[in-house]
Amino acid sequence: MFNKKFIDKLQGNLAKWNQEAEKTRQKKSMPRFFTISGTDIDELYTPASVKGADQDDYYDKNIGLPGEYPYTRGVHHTLYRTRLWTMRQFAGMGTPKQTHDRFKYILEQGGTGLSTAFDLPTLMGYDSDHPRSLGEVGKCGVAVDTLADMEIIFGDIDLSKVSTSMTINSPASMLLAMYLSVAEKQGVPFEKVRGTLQNDILKEYIAQKEFIFPPRPSIRLITDMMQFCTRHVPQWNTISISGYHIREAGATAVQELAFTLADGFCYVESAIEAGMDVDDFAPRLSHFFNAHSDFFEEIAKYRAARRIWARHMKEKYKAKNPKSWLLRFHTQTAGCSLTAQQPENNIVRVALQALSGVLGGTQSLHTNSMDETLALPSEKAALIALRTQQIIAYESGVANTVDPLAGSYFVEALTDKMEAEAEEYFAEIERRGGVLACIEEGFFQKELAQSAYRFQREIETDERKIVGVNDFVLENEEIEIPVLRIDHRVEKDQVAFVKKIKAERDNAAVHTSLQKLREVAQGDGNTFEAILECARVYGSVGEMCDVLREVWGEYVENQAALQAS
Amino acid sequence: MNQKIRVLLAKPGLDGHDRGIKVIAAAFRDAGMEVIYSGLRQTPAMIVDAAIQEDVDAIGVSILSGAHMTLFPAVLDEMKARGADDIILFGGGIIPDDDKTELEKMGVARIFTPGAPTEEAIAFLREAVASKKSDEKMM
Repeated sequence: MFNKKFIDKLQGNLAKWNQEAEKTRQKKSMPRFFTISGTDIDELYTPASVKGADQDDYYDKNIGLPGEYPYTRGVHHTLYRTRLWTMRQFAGMGTPKQTHDRFKYILEQGGTGLSTAFDLPTLMGYDSDHPRSLGEVGKCGVAVDTLADMEIIFGDIDLSKVSTSMTINSPASMLLAMYLSVAEKQGVPFEKVRGTLQNDILKEYIAQKEFIFPPRPSIRLITDMMQFCTRHVPQWNTISISGYHIREAGATAVQELAFTLADGFCYVESAIEAGMDVDDFAPRLSHFFNAHSDFFEEIAKYRAARRIWARHMKEKYKAKNPKSWLLRFHTQTAGCSLTAQQPENNIVRVALQALSGVLGGTQSLHTNSMDETLALPSEKAALIALRTQQIIAYESGVANTVDPLAGSYFVEALTDKMEAEAEEYFAEIERRGGVLACIEEGFFQKELAQSAYRFQREIETDERKIVGVNDFVLENEEIEIPVLRIDHRVEKDQVAFVKKIKAERDNAAVHTSLQKLREVAQGDGNTFEAILECARVYGSVGEMCDVLREVWGEYVENQAALQAS
Repeated sequence: MNQKIRVLLAKPGLDGHDRGIKVIAAAFRDAGMEVIYSGLRQTPAMIVDAAIQEDVDAIGVSILSGAHMTLFPAVLDEMKARGADDIILFGGGIIPDDDKTELEKMGVARIFTPGAPTEEAIAFLREAVASKKSDEKMM
């Protein structure tokens, strides 16, 4: 990018400049300047800060053009000029009927994408009438027990016309099977069904902890499902490889980047080992990142992520289809950055975070509501969150040009640094025996816990300021935000409904299909096909998971390993 | 007199969000307390069992899933049923103010919500344990 002579001359100028700057530095004692992840930031970045920029091929090799390898500048040639990012707000509440009504409203307002949140019992593979579900039914998402619930949610929504995202992991196959069964009943062929499953079990062991089975059979569940979708549901995005939850659990930006991509490579390797061709499944993988508060660090993270993924997919995994090299991603603003104090300030935090996602070239975006540290978002707060995206899209002008921050000495240097640090983590993970071994020994979990504690210490020692929390505090603050509550009747109604379905369905057929699932799980057939059979005859999420729990066992975190450091 | 404070930290229900409880565990340990962390998905009976077995001064419970109005009372009931209601029960999570007031009325000694410094929880626990011990001496 810059010739050697120019850089040498600049180095000389910088030495002189530094002598002058030193005079100012002497006058005042300065605090430490570092990112939210604890990375120290230089006072000044120049062409000399960008390593290798004096080489002729630096630009082509590391930056390139949008829509071209290594995709640092974005996965599309024209990005938001042709199509804005999808404003995909995550929702789900109470009973299937309530979620259905909400979805119908979204579609009537011109939306084409639906995003479903499930309640904890569904996420953990328990039916609503299980004792462990007590108090949790319909609380942080919709309860789905059987196909009957899925029919209520989606029955009169044409599944050939919408794209549906489902945030579910351990029982992802069961929920997809139910969704496909609704499509079957509508007469919609599987080839026309579009959507995304989160289906990223690795980050559950690392961060969110909604796991049921041990890692190895869980990976089998995923590769079986990928195999089925590659053959029969080609438009379905099979895994959304997620860093969001890893960051929320306390990771730094580099840890989020490295652990997420390492998880992604683990899925790629597992599918290849299961006999699939990388170009058959890789184009259907997508990613999901956090947008935290450190503006430039986040932008560098997204740019580095695209470049790392492209390089590994092409060079290491030998993918030939350029679609396999693309890292497409969804972004959500950082829930953990929101404060319960002066919650209206969260609107500003979310706006800055969302802006970093857009400048980083995200394909879709969820903006959090200001009241999420208090409860589920109220309608008004959710509307402001959506409006924030629209203001960025239509008023700020940032969507006018592709990757406007490319060529910033700071952004390029930070992008390179994050890539190098992620590579160091990949090497360490490899040394420790790979992602699954790292999960089992608690490596990721310990790294996250340490980062979370460091961050908390920085706040409590006032090394880091959080507005309204440890500085600029309002005494006797009264919170004036209305808080959404879920009616406790939701649980009663749902429990009664699942009992009724279980009494009325063809129980002999359910028994037979569950027995078949058990045999397949014990052997090496495709579990997804057996799960689909159970779903069709109204077998429940809990019943299917129970069969697999019996065959594969349940995963329990090894606390002793996690605490020894 | 200067016996170490023993505290059980527990996650009941199905919620897996453990960032908060791990930060609290590290802060309590740095403050010189003996911390036992239960791990995830403990039933109220498992929590009270562990508290009795470990002979703790206090139980700290973390709930971020919205099920707090079911789970805190269930732990309190279990403590009463097992005659363990002399143990201090406190907690934290995404808990609206009205619920917090109600839970404190039911017998939860203190509820911490997002943004509370760990120093506050440490100070609370030291004071609560000291006053419990001086009460016990008077009896």
